[in-house]
Amino acid sequence: MKLSARSIEAIESFGLPLAALAGALLLFGVFVWFGGKSPLEAWALLFKGAFGDWFSWQNSLQRAAPLMLTALCVAIPARAGLIVIGGEGALVLGGLACAGLPYLLALPANAFGTALLLLAAAAAGAAWIALVGVLRQWRGVNETISSLLLAYTAIALFKHIVEGPMRDPASLNKPSTRPLAEGLRIVGMFDSDVHWGLVYGVVACIALGVWLFFTTQGFATRVVGGNARAARLVGLPSTRIIVVACAIGGACAGLAGGIEVAAVHTNANASLIAGLGYAGILVAFVARQNPWLVMPVAVLFGGFGAAGSLLQRRLGVPDASVLVLQGFAFLLILASDALRGRLFVPAARDAVAHPVLATSLTPKEAT
Amino acid sequence: MRQSGMNRRDLLKSLGAAGMATGSASWSALAAAQAPISVGFIYVGTKDDYGYNQAHAESVAEVKKWAGLKVVEEENVPETAGVQKTMQGMVSQDGATLLFPTSFGYFDPHMLAVAAKNPAVRFAHCGGLWTEGKHPKNTGSFFGYIDEAQYLNGIVAGHMTKSKKLGFVAAKPIPQVLRNINAFTMGARSVDPAITTTVIFTGDWSMAVKEAEATNSLADQGADVFTMHVDGPKVVVETAARRGKFVCGYHASQAKLAPNAYLTGAEWNWIVAYKQIIDAARSGKPHPNFVRGGLKDGFVKTSPYGSMVSANAKKQADDVKAAMLKGSFDIFKGPLKDNAGKTVIEAGKVFKQTDPALEAMDYLVDGVVGKPA
Repeated sequence: MKLSARSIEAIESFGLPLAALAGALLLFGVFVWFGGKSPLEAWALLFKGAFGDWFSWQNSLQRAAPLMLTALCVAIPARAGLIVIGGEGALVLGGLACAGLPYLLALPANAFGTALLLLAAAAAGAAWIALVGVLRQWRGVNETISSLLLAYTAIALFKHIVEGPMRDPASLNKPSTRPLAEGLRIVGMFDSDVHWGLVYGVVACIALGVWLFFTTQGFATRVVGGNARAARLVGLPSTRIIVVACAIGGACAGLAGGIEVAAVHTNANASLIAGLGYAGILVAFVARQNPWLVMPVAVLFGGFGAAGSLLQRRLGVPDASVLVLQGFAFLLILASDALRGRLFVPAARDAVAHPVLATSLTPKEAT
Repeated sequence: MRQSGMNRRDLLKSLGAAGMATGSASWSALAAAQAPISVGFIYVGTKDDYGYNQAHAESVAEVKKWAGLKVVEEENVPETAGVQKTMQGMVSQDGATLLFPTSFGYFDPHMLAVAAKNPAVRFAHCGGLWTEGKHPKNTGSFFGYIDEAQYLNGIVAGHMTKSKKLGFVAAKPIPQVLRNINAFTMGARSVDPAITTTVIFTGDWSMAVKEAEATNSLADQGADVFTMHVDGPKVVVETAARRGKFVCGYHASQAKLAPNAYLTGAEWNWIVAYKQIIDAARSGKPHPNFVRGGLKDGFVKTSPYGSMVSANAKKQADDVKAAMLKGSFDIFKGPLKDNAGKTVIEAGKVFKQTDPALEAMDYLVDGVVGKPA
């Protein structure tokens, strides 16, 4: 049987990460075995904790919801050629905007009010990351560094405002803003523990995937990210495209912050700064900056979190052991990318060496 | 807390009486007392942080030795939806009927949300202010008056300082922290009223770099005895010791980290509160909703004195400690002025440790250099 370039690509796209994941689990088993515990038990607990039953699914999905949005804050700018790692800043400011809007406006305590809150959150995040794009395009500041430093600035700003001007005097030992009115909060879907934030994440991933792969704007964004000089040569407004990509990414992270406030915390306080923005970087890189792949990868990472929880309680291993598993998985998945195009050497070489021939084949011959 | 101790004794008495009266009641009480239960403990940091979480984990290690009890633990649980899932997981997956979420931020909204969904499960939160009528009966809070041990720290520090300047590295200007800073300062000034405490707030509970910077900065300003209120005192203790300064510990004993610099310390002894709450759950008695205690009740303790602590310092600290153990010593009493010169407690007014007003403290007393907000 001869494989076409397309099916080889498909096998590699799915097979390599899965093999890497299996390798990570195997290594983790060895690690657990050295620690004097049964690897079989550890694997069984990992599965049970992450995807074993409905409770575990809810656990994994709920942990995945914010990760999808923060991963988009990395993936979308990455498609325009920018490595933005400061989603945490957009997330906390989004949370702050969401908690802060009722201080400025009297909102109706219904779905419309919630929509306004989330809009404010997305706008705050968009502005913050757009600033990163502006700094890079007009001032030549490296976006990776500036986004990280701006994240620290955002966190400092957040703490100052939450513990100062916007502090609820009733929050004694845990400085917080005033809680959102009951009607403004986001609740669980269909009586489950998973809140509607997950839907926002999924919709954003699907919609941005469609935007990226099937619209002219998305194509232009990918051209700018692929070769900025070529993009300028064909007359694409690369500066505008880059700033827009940053703003879209920032809006996603800001939305994540707003959802965390409206669905989980009910007010803005320091517990919001939990590293969700940084976890999104891992998700985006493992998903290879593809908005559609962000969804399963985020669920996988949510699963790691959920499984780690059960693993700690049942095996009595420290929390760090789950980080070891995540580390193995992350490294192997990224390293396995190096094998791409090398697994099926002869067929792949044919496809690459004779592109003209390959494209001139009729579909029937190609399969 | 004194009241809850009385409650327990009363309840025991009435239970005993009921047992005498009806044989069947005593049998069911006995059966309930022996029923094995699962208890879950949740920490916000690691169990070996030389600080807040270690203090809990050390007592939990003792709890694990009790018969008829299954203990599940989870560390590094953030104050997000994650902790709600951990609590629910302990209930659904491990069958826990009593949970101890130990970080302050777990209380509202996380513990309250999970408690509403699991009315049959008991929740004992560390540090929160459980309020009758506002919070459900299956939840509660426990905490210790560790400011008493910080007052004793202050006395020892007051004797050992040469520069008359003490350093305090604190996380946030919230009531629990301000109360410790005030108690420490008042302890030191009971030795010599010329002593001042300079406080630096780092802004959050675990800020290793800022804690080291704060310690160095205070040492540069002349402070020669340090204490702190952050989650993991390790960095402050080690940095102060490296600068050749003395240090009073907090949360757990850090003596091992700096044996030549560690004077004494304010330590938690959570096992007492745990026992009270677990016993109630095992015997089916009502959940103790508001549990508080100080040195006298064994909720807090002091680290053994380092070999460099002078005899005078030991004597004064031991005398005050004896008075505290008898219940005849009050830290917060009038007249008391804050460091802006305003009277915060009128002359003649005495606050008992149990007074909830102290849990809303928003001032720094005279002798503290720093601002409470």
